[in-house]
Amino acid sequence: MAMTTVDQLLDHASALERRRRLYTALGVAIFAFLVVMGFIAAEDMNSGGFVQGLDKFFDYPRNIVVETADAGTGWFERLWTYLPALIETINMAAVATIFGTVFAVFLSFASTRGLQVWPPIIPIARRAMDISRAFPELIVALFLIFVLGSSPVPAIIAVAFHTAGALGKLFSEVNENIDRGPLEGMTAAGASWSRRMRWAVLPQVLPNYTSYMLLRFEINIRASAILGFVGAGGIGTELRKAISWANGADIAALFVLLFLTIMVIDQFSGHLRRRLVGGMFAGAR
Amino acid sequence: MSTVTADDTARLNATYGEVLDVHRRQFLWPVGLLVLVLAYLTYACFAFDIPELIAKSRLDRGVLLGLDSVAYKVHVEKNLRRDLFEVAVEGERTATYDEAALPDWVTVTGPSGNDGRVDIDMGDGYRFVIEGKSLTMTGPGLERPFTVTAGGKTLTWEGDTPSWIDLNPKKVEARPTLLKRVQVTTGRILVFRYFWGWEDFWFDFRSPLHGKSLGQVWSLAWSDDRLDPSMSNAALIVSEFWGNEGWQHGDVFKALLETVIMAFLGTVVAAFVGLPLAFLAAANFNPDPATRFVIRRFFDFVRGVDMLIWSLIFIRAFGLGPLTGVLAIALTDTGTLGKLFSEAIENIDNKQVEGMQSTGASAMTRYRFGVIPQILPVFISQSLYYLESNTRSATVIGALGAGGIGLKLVETLRTGKDWENTLYIITLTLIVVIAMDVTSGWLRRKLTGAGRD
Repeated sequence: MAMTTVDQLLDHASALERRRRLYTALGVAIFAFLVVMGFIAAEDMNSGGFVQGLDKFFDYPRNIVVETADAGTGWFERLWTYLPALIETINMAAVATIFGTVFAVFLSFASTRGLQVWPPIIPIARRAMDISRAFPELIVALFLIFVLGSSPVPAIIAVAFHTAGALGKLFSEVNENIDRGPLEGMTAAGASWSRRMRWAVLPQVLPNYTSYMLLRFEINIRASAILGFVGAGGIGTELRKAISWANGADIAALFVLLFLTIMVIDQFSGHLRRRLVGGMFAGAR
Repeated sequence: MSTVTADDTARLNATYGEVLDVHRRQFLWPVGLLVLVLAYLTYACFAFDIPELIAKSRLDRGVLLGLDSVAYKVHVEKNLRRDLFEVAVEGERTATYDEAALPDWVTVTGPSGNDGRVDIDMGDGYRFVIEGKSLTMTGPGLERPFTVTAGGKTLTWEGDTPSWIDLNPKKVEARPTLLKRVQVTTGRILVFRYFWGWEDFWFDFRSPLHGKSLGQVWSLAWSDDRLDPSMSNAALIVSEFWGNEGWQHGDVFKALLETVIMAFLGTVVAAFVGLPLAFLAAANFNPDPATRFVIRRFFDFVRGVDMLIWSLIFIRAFGLGPLTGVLAIALTDTGTLGKLFSEAIENIDNKQVEGMQSTGASAMTRYRFGVIPQILPVFISQSLYYLESNTRSATVIGALGAGGIGLKLVETLRTGKDWENTLYIITLTLIVVIAMDVTSGWLRRKLTGAGRD
């Protein structure tokens, strides 16, 4: 057997250390190369350059502010006129969230191993969630607008479709982390599957479900607003009109409405989520 | 097993009244919630005018679109006014068959297509014959042949008329099956036969390589007889495929690359700008409440204004293209990631930093070995999560004008003709999104320790 001295060990350790450093350096170099190449390619493909654009960057916001100031007090009336469009967008998001959540609950129960469902359905439900999550809302919406005509409904279906997959995955993660005690107790007592789910699982997962649903509602408001741009109605359609007519005061009014809505819902749902996950259902766990 | 009698119920109520009450109340609130949700949905149903939408919807368009995206049609057209006969894929001028090399299901007997007799074998036992100005159909469901003649101002017909023939003095349309269609007007006779698949996916109709099998192309690539004297066969095959006019493989690939660049660079910039700002926004590293407040509100602002609005502003300033998308994604996610990172920094275990301090380490060393290792998992996993979701966002803001695959998709949808291209782009986008999902999940597990997804 070869003698292992401290020197040899040290040599070995420093060789390993050198190799590790080499790999790190290589990784960083490749990463930096990708970033630089990406920027060069992006700058190349862009119709306007970065440096020239920098001067113009504040022109557009400035125009909007100037035109808003010109509009004077009449500007506040615009806020009022656009309120129905905003309500439509919020309704779109709400309906889509409701339907998406319902489907997500079914999908998540069907895709969780621990919940004593019929096993062959698990991979099917998982793949279904993967696919609906991967579809950008825009693609589904554009397709449905072609079939159903310009209206909020295609956007609702599109957003609900995506929501089902996105929430389904989060929900199934919640399902996997439940305390199995109550479930085993109910099984031992001979409860039916639906009762086991209702009394042993739902009380544990509901606070987290609600919290995720509220978070998704926020995201869906943005998504619904964006889909308005492609003809789904609501505040997005108004915004596109205002932008194509370059009407600064209207654009400002719509931006403010959208920003305020998102902020209010952010605050409200944040508050509600803290309460839900914090204490209200604490006894159930 | 015994059943619960009325006596038992009363006894139970007397003994455990409170417990059962809780049970009943817990039973009530879901019902109440359900009623509320249903009431809201009823309101929404009227607010969105669902009945009118159903009346107006064009499901036939959906079927047509679905069929068009997985099948293609070959037009056999006889133009009576201009005295013209042609067979073309999708009726396109660039994809017209030569009269000498018609597909084998079309036979011309007589002088030429125009004056002669054209026999069309439509498959499944349907045979159509165009002779002079009239079209005769025979096949299942037709006991006597149906003939329509386009002489004079209106159409005349005779024979069996099953329900799939739509008769009108100006226009006769027939669709015996989904894959066979005829349209006769006073000016022309048009027969469509559909075939499953994507036409000319590999090479253009006009390309010298059109219609060659994989084996033929493979042997051509290695053969020395050049089809085009100016370049080798292998180079020709690649350039013919890349420059396919109908499918635009090269352009689509470039657009996909643009989208991926947007997502990648946007996320990288957001992560590396967000990290230092996150230190300034964390209470345990920045003792000055004023700057902390300013930076936190900055995060909220860029996050709240939304990627959509930023991209519109950036399009004005920097023009169309991926750079605009990169900046919009970077700015929005600087806010999101900055907020997440600053929360992670505030939650670190201070003992490691104190330990470093007690050995007399400098501030930089303290950060490097005391703080960074603790927040690195959060940094990497959140950045990768956002990389994945930004691939989707990049498609969306691309469609609004930033370019990339989103814009390509909207273009094919606008023309509303080449649905197979739309399906192709959607498939490619989904593949990229799923690939990003899988890669970022794999990297996350590799870099932050296995099992913690």
